[in-house]
Amino acid sequence: MLLSLRNVSKSYTTAEGRLEILKSIDFDLDAGESVALTGESGSGKSTLLHLAGGLDHPDTGQILSVGRDIAALEDQGRAEYRRTAVGLVFQQFNLIPSLDIGANISFHARLAGRHDPGWERELVQRLGIEPLLARYPDQLSGGQQQRVAIGRTLAARPPLVLADEPTGNLDEVTGDAVLDIMLSLTRSAGAALLMVTHSSRLAQRLDRRVHLHGGKIA
Amino acid sequence: MFWTAATALLSHWRCRPIQFATLVFGLSLATALWSGVQAINAEARASYARAASVLDQNALTQLVPRDGNSIPQATFANLRRAGWNISPVIEGDHRFGNVRVRLIGIDPLTTPGKVGGFEPDGSNDLAAFVSQPGVLIVSQATALKLSSHTDMQIKIAPDIPDGAAFTDIGMAERILERRGELSRLVVAPDQRPDLPALDRLAPEIAIKPPGDRPDVAQLTDSFHLNLTAFGFLAFAVGLFIVYATIGLAFEQRRATFRTLRSLGVSLSSLTLLLMTELLVLAFLAGLVGVMIGYFVASLLLPGVAATLQGLYGASVPGTLTIRPEWWATGLVVAIAGTIGSSAQSLWQVRRMPLLTAAQPRAWARARAVGIRLQLLGGLVLLITSAILAVFGHGLSTGFAVLGCLLLGAALMLPGVLSAFLALLQRQSSHALVTWFWADTRQQLPGLSLALMALLLALAANIGVGTMVSSFRLTFIGWLDQRLAAELYLTARDENEASRLRAWLPAHSTSVLPIWSVEGDVLGDRLQIFGAAANDSTYRENWPLLLGTADVWDRVAAGQGALVNEQLWRGKKLSIGNELALPGGWSVPVVGIYSDYGNPRGQVIVGIDALAAHYPNVPKLRYGVRIAPADAPALKERMTSEFGLPAENVIDQASLKRQSRAVFDQTFAVTGALNVFTLGVAGFAMFSSLLTLSGVRLPQLAPVWAMGITRRDLALLEMLRTLALWLATFVVAVPVGLGLAWVLLSIVNVEAFGWRLPMRIFPTDWLVLGLVALAAAIVSVVIPLRRLATIGPSDLLRVFANER
Repeated sequence: MLLSLRNVSKSYTTAEGRLEILKSIDFDLDAGESVALTGESGSGKSTLLHLAGGLDHPDTGQILSVGRDIAALEDQGRAEYRRTAVGLVFQQFNLIPSLDIGANISFHARLAGRHDPGWERELVQRLGIEPLLARYPDQLSGGQQQRVAIGRTLAARPPLVLADEPTGNLDEVTGDAVLDIMLSLTRSAGAALLMVTHSSRLAQRLDRRVHLHGGKIA
Repeated sequence: MFWTAATALLSHWRCRPIQFATLVFGLSLATALWSGVQAINAEARASYARAASVLDQNALTQLVPRDGNSIPQATFANLRRAGWNISPVIEGDHRFGNVRVRLIGIDPLTTPGKVGGFEPDGSNDLAAFVSQPGVLIVSQATALKLSSHTDMQIKIAPDIPDGAAFTDIGMAERILERRGELSRLVVAPDQRPDLPALDRLAPEIAIKPPGDRPDVAQLTDSFHLNLTAFGFLAFAVGLFIVYATIGLAFEQRRATFRTLRSLGVSLSSLTLLLMTELLVLAFLAGLVGVMIGYFVASLLLPGVAATLQGLYGASVPGTLTIRPEWWATGLVVAIAGTIGSSAQSLWQVRRMPLLTAAQPRAWARARAVGIRLQLLGGLVLLITSAILAVFGHGLSTGFAVLGCLLLGAALMLPGVLSAFLALLQRQSSHALVTWFWADTRQQLPGLSLALMALLLALAANIGVGTMVSSFRLTFIGWLDQRLAAELYLTARDENEASRLRAWLPAHSTSVLPIWSVEGDVLGDRLQIFGAAANDSTYRENWPLLLGTADVWDRVAAGQGALVNEQLWRGKKLSIGNELALPGGWSVPVVGIYSDYGNPRGQVIVGIDALAAHYPNVPKLRYGVRIAPADAPALKERMTSEFGLPAENVIDQASLKRQSRAVFDQTFAVTGALNVFTLGVAGFAMFSSLLTLSGVRLPQLAPVWAMGITRRDLALLEMLRTLALWLATFVVAVPVGLGLAWVLLSIVNVEAFGWRLPMRIFPTDWLVLGLVALAAAIVSVVIPLRRLATIGPSDLLRVFANER
């Protein structure tokens, strides 16, 4: 088992009081598996993704990922986990605006100590972003930026890829193309993929679908 | 509608109280330093005018001797008989004990108007004024100093400047030993219409029209210009804060502007609302600024008064009067500064298309393009500065050189830093280091104004510090040479002086008279000293800038005169020029000597020539040469055998100590202004970092998500600030040295008449660097704390899809 959540709960304090987002969630993800996480707005999809990625920590429960209990890790340990074990793809792309595309692609891999120029070259070719390497993020379209974000994630060869609505900012045709590339590359890299999406059509293309409702797996 | 729209606009400040405080405080600070300096200038100028109207009666026409000597009593009598309604004045410097005062003798029956609020012919006792022991009318401060040194009755009048005393003309004649020689004649406003022409009655007398600017006001012009330049520099640095804050506030409200316009608020109404908002803010900040300015001026004024006294002998009170004109000026400056700082932002709002999407980082990107233009503009200004320095003349040109140098360097700074950071980025191979330099470079547009302000403050500190320290070192070296005599004594009267002249040669190595007269030379009133030029003391110790080989022999023989650097430069004299001296004689200029600290021209002739041409010269002061070990015993003997007060015999070490104390006090105000300017620059840095920290999360969150801890990110932010500080400091050193060179070689020469060699003081830079470093660390503490303790939920908001 690559990722395992046991009895995980998470709540936030809001102006209206305490809001329980996730309620005693149990969830498993195998290595190389791809899973779509669906549900209505506010159902807890992104929160679950953030907990799995070590971006946030649960109120209760255990999260075992890539052989470690990340819920028990301190800030330093979680940072190391994000650096070496997880790849994150966001709807807003979140590229680094001060670096050119070439530097963006290799950035995470360098941080993780897994810089492999040959693998990066192959990724760049397969993503079709070779001519864009010297440009900066704000000079690229949304589809191009998302392909760069996928390239950056996979260049670091993480065993777990977490994607939060990666095609949400893209039109249907571009979104499909980006998802094709992401599925193909994660499979060839042997990585597991957990993807949040609102789209049933896209969810069907993954190995498995998990639906969240009211903070629980339906 | 207006109120509803205004509420929406103003709500921005409610959500960002620190940004609001930064804007108001930045503008207040800028106004404070500007209006503080203006308050000091206004107070000093009012004081000069008051002193001139009281001491010189310069509101009235005066008759003065053409050759600068004196007016014989007979000439005065002739003019009176011919119907001229004039009043005689005898004036000169006199020491009561060790208190030196300017004694002005007036005729109470004919003098027009009252003297400093005192009317000798009114309710006061006229008989006491004209009869023995006489009355001295002085200020409160002078009265305190004089009380134990004279038997004369002392009366206090409100408007008399410190260090001056009015008395009856008969008393002044006796005390100053003038024997009927008048200094000037004051012409009463009411005169007969058929007066005979002055040229025919007394051709040796000239008419001095009323309303001439007081000499001291002209002398101190350059000092006040310096002060104004400092005030303006601080104001400009403060406006950088305002410009940056307004720019950011406008950028952050772009979405609100778009919404308001789409809801039907016209572009004109929106502009009007924004302008009103800015004007109200400017008015409030201006009021606060003027109030702070008053306190700044109150703090600085005693230092300024000491500076003016030390450099120019000008007396300015150490307390401040509230004047409506600088309240008004302060407010106008605050409003004008705000309009100037916000013009670009307002213009962008007017040009913004209705459907433009909000772009939180657009302002930074637009400014990145501007950096290249700035670089070009800065280069043009630096070249202009160099051309003006080589080919220009005059004080205004000196300040233009300074302005172009500082502004040019400031404008070039972001471009230079950007190029340097790009180079470092290319050189680095580690991902995080590459990102660090790239991200620092991207922050430059947002930080450039603060960095420019820091550069200006650091360069001003280095430049002015180098100037003052060079001055100090040269001055002390010069003092060591010039104050060669072991003892300096002042006799209380001519009898005592005569006895000392007879006694001293047998008890000392040599006796050097320090005698001087005042007179008009080349159109200026200045002092003419006599020197015992045969004595080796002068040849061995007197620092000459230029001179013929036999300079001292010619001076001793009465065949040559030395002039000080101020007179040489001011009148463009050369060696060999014939110098016409009061009394109708002349000598060639044979040498130039440095005379730091003296604002006026000065001439030295041989002591025998001085005594021959001016037989009435006071002969009270002497320098005494003796083996240093014997000096204390000689001092003791002079005080015991002649009854001389201790303060009338000063040893060399005490005199040097006093001179150094005066020097240090003289530049106290410069130090204070340096600290204020650095403080404003520190606040500019703090406010920029604080405002930037609010928009930094989108750049930092992805790096955090990829496995860099918040603590490490905070550390990197600290390193970034320190790297920018260090780079700015490195650039500030050559700029500061350039500034020092301009001050020493151009501005000082024009303003004071002397040129000083430039010395380098790297340890001073180190101290300044550490102070600036502390300011940089303080400025980054709050933004860093905010970043280091930010919750994951805040960082996650960056990734939120609904953002």
